[in-house]
Amino acid sequence: MNINATLIGQTIMFALFVWFCMKFVWPPIMAALDARNKRIADGLAAAERGKNDLALAAKRSAELLREAKEKVSEIIALGDKRASEIVEEAKAQAKIEGDRIITAAKAEVEQEVFRAKEQLRTQVSAIALAGAGKILGREIDAKAHNDLLDKLVAEI
Amino acid sequence: MSTEGLTTSAYIKHHLQNLTCSIQEGHFHCAHTAEEAKAMGFWAFNIDTLLVSLLLGLIFLFLFSKVAKHISTDVPSGMQNFVEWVVEFIDGSVRGSFTGRSALVAPLALSIFAWIFLMNLMDLVPIDYISLITQPMGIGHFKLVPTTDPNATIGMAIGVFLLVLFYSIKVKGLGGFIGELTLQPFGKFGLPVNLFLEGVNLIAKPVSLALRLFGNMYAGEMIFILIALMGASWVSFSFTNTLLFSSQIFLSLGWAIFHILIVTLQAFIFMTLTIVYLDMAHQEHH
Repeated sequence: MNINATLIGQTIMFALFVWFCMKFVWPPIMAALDARNKRIADGLAAAERGKNDLALAAKRSAELLREAKEKVSEIIALGDKRASEIVEEAKAQAKIEGDRIITAAKAEVEQEVFRAKEQLRTQVSAIALAGAGKILGREIDAKAHNDLLDKLVAEI
Repeated sequence: MSTEGLTTSAYIKHHLQNLTCSIQEGHFHCAHTAEEAKAMGFWAFNIDTLLVSLLLGLIFLFLFSKVAKHISTDVPSGMQNFVEWVVEFIDGSVRGSFTGRSALVAPLALSIFAWIFLMNLMDLVPIDYISLITQPMGIGHFKLVPTTDPNATIGMAIGVFLLVLFYSIKVKGLGGFIGELTLQPFGKFGLPVNLFLEGVNLIAKPVSLALRLFGNMYAGEMIFILIALMGASWVSFSFTNTLLFSSQIFLSLGWAIFHILIVTLQAFIFMTLTIVYLDMAHQEHH
């Protein structure tokens, strides 16, 4: 328990250990710790960014889906409208065609009636002539009385 | 326990004696008794203190520099984990107590803590085991715990003191430092009183560092020696002897467990005080 030169040795040893520690031990360990801290911070930031991106993408996809749905319903509505239009058009055309057919039929019927009237007229005149001849008892000169007959026919 | 022919006081003295050696009349000589060691004067070396502290310091630096060399920023494992835990603990302590910026203080604190911790830890080696190795080598005295040697603790305290002086002068300038010693707390007219008060304040730093550590470890060692004496009194099989022998086992176990706390605490206190003293040296207070 004497104070002797040991304390000088101890002081020198102390200084050397501290120097060594300061030079070769502390800086690399601290640098590594700092680097790891930075890596962890970066990783966390990247994760956060990824999460944000994901949320953004989800939002965007939902929007796209909504837009697509809207478009589809629009297209369907358009198709419906067009279909009813086509039906309307077809209806109108059919009506026109029907009217045309009816008019043609009517004209034919009128023609037929006219022709029948004409025929009847001639026949009536013949019958009337025959009847008149019989009534008069004599031959009527068809030629002489043709004017009269024609007048009669016109009257009928 | 080779206590035959050894009295109790001789046993205690034996365990408190360093391996003190010096070069006398041209040849290397080691003291056999305390008187002989005293007669060697200042220029003698406690070989055991120097050897053990050197070895422990090298173990610390070897382990830590090995980790530092192969350190990776990936997930740490094993030894690197442990080293990083220690380093972060020290870094936290330094950040908590030291307000300035210095590349020296943190590694200094780590060296102090690890080195003193390892030296204190030698206290847990049963006190008579070392003589199993040294006795056959012809070495009479060998103290395994460097911190129970005041030379070791004073040596470290001197190192810290020199750093305190260096930084005081570097930060405040020589004039500022002298002014701090002489011009406060009572102004320039109370110069002698100021010098006395601040001088005591300054000198108290290394003294308190050295003596606190030495006193704690020396007292702990002394209690280990006294506990060891209980079993050493074994002569024949009797109730008293059996009781003493079993108490030695339990007491040394209890004291050793308690000592784990003291070992760590004293290392931590030395480190924290060093940080605080250096912080004070960096600050222009008052």
